[in-house]
Amino acid sequence: MSTSAPPSPFRRLLRDPQAVVVGAILIFLILAVIFGPMLSSFDPRQTNLQANLAGMGENGHILGADNAGRDVLTRLLYGGRNSILGAILSVGVAVAIGTVSGLIAGYFGKWFDSLSNNTASLLQALPGMVILLAARAVIGPSIWWMMAIFGLLLSAGTYRLVRATVQSVRNELYVDAARVSGLTDWRIIFRHVLRVVRGPILIQAAFMMMIALGIQAGIEILGLGDVQMISWGGMVSDAFGRIHTAPILMLWPSVVLALFCLCLTLIANSLRDALDGTQRTSPATIRRVGKQIAADKAAEVKALPGTLVEMADDELLRVEGLKIGYAMPDASIKQIVHGIDLNVNKGEVVGLIGESGSGKTQTAFAVMRLLSEGGSILAGRVLWQGRDLALLSGQEMAEIRGMQISYIPQEPMSNLDPSFTIGQQLIEPMRHHLAISKADAKERALDLLRRVEIADPERVFRSYPHQVSGGMAQRVLIAAAISCEPDLIIADEPTTALDVTVQAEILELLRKLQQEMGVAVLMVTHNFGIVADICDRVMVMQEGYIVERGDTETMFRTHEHPYTKQLFGAILDPEEIREPWVDPAPSEFLEEVPA
Amino acid sequence: MLAFLGRRISNGILMVFAISVIAFSLLYITGGNAARRILGDFASEEAVDRFYQELGLYRPLPVQYWDWLTNAIRGDLGNSWVNRGVEVTGEIGRRLVATLSLVLVSLLLSAIIAMFVGVFAALKRGTWMDRTVQTLSLGGAAIPSFLIAIGLVMLFALNLGWFYATGFTEPGDSITGWLHSITLPVVALLVGGVASSAQQIRAAMINVLQQDYVRTLRSRGLPARSVIFKHSLRNAAGPGLAVIALQFVGMLGGTVIIERVFNISGLGSLSASASSAGDVPILMGLIVTVAIIVVIVNLLLDIAQGWLNPKVRVS
Repeated sequence: MSTSAPPSPFRRLLRDPQAVVVGAILIFLILAVIFGPMLSSFDPRQTNLQANLAGMGENGHILGADNAGRDVLTRLLYGGRNSILGAILSVGVAVAIGTVSGLIAGYFGKWFDSLSNNTASLLQALPGMVILLAARAVIGPSIWWMMAIFGLLLSAGTYRLVRATVQSVRNELYVDAARVSGLTDWRIIFRHVLRVVRGPILIQAAFMMMIALGIQAGIEILGLGDVQMISWGGMVSDAFGRIHTAPILMLWPSVVLALFCLCLTLIANSLRDALDGTQRTSPATIRRVGKQIAADKAAEVKALPGTLVEMADDELLRVEGLKIGYAMPDASIKQIVHGIDLNVNKGEVVGLIGESGSGKTQTAFAVMRLLSEGGSILAGRVLWQGRDLALLSGQEMAEIRGMQISYIPQEPMSNLDPSFTIGQQLIEPMRHHLAISKADAKERALDLLRRVEIADPERVFRSYPHQVSGGMAQRVLIAAAISCEPDLIIADEPTTALDVTVQAEILELLRKLQQEMGVAVLMVTHNFGIVADICDRVMVMQEGYIVERGDTETMFRTHEHPYTKQLFGAILDPEEIREPWVDPAPSEFLEEVPA
Repeated sequence: MLAFLGRRISNGILMVFAISVIAFSLLYITGGNAARRILGDFASEEAVDRFYQELGLYRPLPVQYWDWLTNAIRGDLGNSWVNRGVEVTGEIGRRLVATLSLVLVSLLLSAIIAMFVGVFAALKRGTWMDRTVQTLSLGGAAIPSFLIAIGLVMLFALNLGWFYATGFTEPGDSITGWLHSITLPVVALLVGGVASSAQQIRAAMINVLQQDYVRTLRSRGLPARSVIFKHSLRNAAGPGLAVIALQFVGMLGGTVIIERVFNISGLGSLSASASSAGDVPILMGLIVTVAIIVVIVNLLLDIAQGWLNPKVRVS
């Protein structure tokens, strides 16, 4: 993370070599069509039968001459003026109409918004070419009129872009602040809103210009343009008419037209990258560095003799010296977990507690090998039944996931696939891992839903995720986690995203299932209340290190590390800590009752 | 789902109606220009007057529209102004097969190819293969389709002689002949469509692959095949279909030029000739026909969207 201020989009654009090259080509082409005709000694309309189809460089024709002996280069330069001006006309009309109507609709809304929305839909419903042809029938072959009408059609796109941007900006705090401070609506629009939309408009304008050039050339090819006017499309059209006799004439107008369109797209793309502030190389670098790290780790451990490590009978998971790092866009590695040890025994509930950013969730993901893209285990071992999980193939790891180690996520609603029913999502892993029939799997799934205390399992089985509540979804995820009877469940803050009342129910359910099944649980949390409720042992994690560990009871009585004290201090409501080690026998109360 | 479809159908009908009103007003209010063009610059005032009389152009516009609409609902789109004997409905019907062959085959193929390319690029994100796909699709989307068409004609028809440069064979006459005649035009239409939809599908797929539920699906030990093709692709297909709907309108426009390049007599070449002749009834019929095709295809895509997305289907 660099601390310096991010460079402006324009600076970023100048640093992008592709943008610089493409921009230079565009500027060169535009300057050429502006000044080129003055330098050329040929008249673009002057026919000369002696120069008929002259080759490149013959008789001073740098790019040769066409079938009527007219100089190709001169015609390209003159034609470029008309082609580019026509495209600019379309883009100008589109941006003017689209921006004004988009600003009004997005900022003021009301009747204008629905009217302009419907108009935009109508403008976009039909192919622009068909409308242009109809328009030409009544207005005649004026290319300028047609380009203006095409601009009107394109304005629907600009309108939508501006309207959406304005709507999202309008409710931003700084716009509210401007309004409160008494700025008029129009001042706000010019000062705040236009600044946000101008970048996206510029990008869109480049794309529209490309489309307008194509449409204009298309009109020429259909033979519906103005025969008096020289244009790139007209030259393509002329050449197409002689494709059997002089195919070479196709070359230059096509090259120029394609080059100009390509450059417009590329510059729009670079502009978008610059405005987004994204570094285009990042995913590649991240992937490469990530692979390198994984290879290093594999090589390092392969050097060790023997693949199976001896583990104690009741020891389920042992993590030794685990370091986790993420590849950064500049190919450096940011280490976030700095060599931690932890272990989980059979049937035990172990808490891993820390604030967000402490590395606890990343540790959980690393055990299951589910780190996000760019993340890798830098060093250390994740031992499971004597095998180092960090070295297993994807296939071998998939056999362990769900079957032996399962996972309960934090945010229930975003962790169910929205396109499949809850039943389908429960059945699929069971059929895969346990190789049972569909009917058996369904029976089992309904049973699981009952076990997680869902009142109407049949209905939930048939439901899609968006049809159930968050608490219900979390019960479903718990059902999925226990469906193949795993030995270890990794629960990543399983109650944090839920309502307070639901939290208690879910925790109670987890405790009950844990006791019934005797499954081990690695409970990732930031809440000592949950630790007190359910965990046998606890490890405190801070900034990638485990700073304190011990059994829950001892930890609650004596904790030394200042960070642990801080976490205890963060429990605002002392009622949340139920103290499992004070087990008040009924007799104690009885004694207080006066006889 | 039925209520949803009903709403979509009525919206579609409303849109065709609105388009017909606007198109009719604009075309017939200025119909005089076209009439003069048909009759030639040196036509006498009497001749123009007679033309107006015969075609009922002196009547108020709403009356003319009502007349047109009541006939159109019965399937009669009137007669051509240029060749008085030619019925618009019949002429459009004769040319529909060629255009629909081109556009629908292109749409279907481009959807399939774009899906494979987009998913592939998303899975290989950041590698040289992804960058190659990205570069090719930028180029494919930028270069006008007629240049691609002309390039294909020069290479495969004129130089290699694998295909005919021009013409269209009805599928009823010969299926192989039909395939032969639409191959090059379809490829020309495809390139732009594949290029832009593949980008969108790639983006949609990358977005889905970063969702929490994909990690959770993987945490259950499901094979990558299922996580990617069953779950992720299903979720990315919705945004993909939306892109394809836009592509379709673009392809209908593109076919106008493609038909000219390959000399296919379809709706596109009809609109070009009607435009240069000022044949208003044919243009009017074409606009309404194209609007109806767009509405039908969008309806089919809506049904597909409902099938893919339970939120649309169930609510």
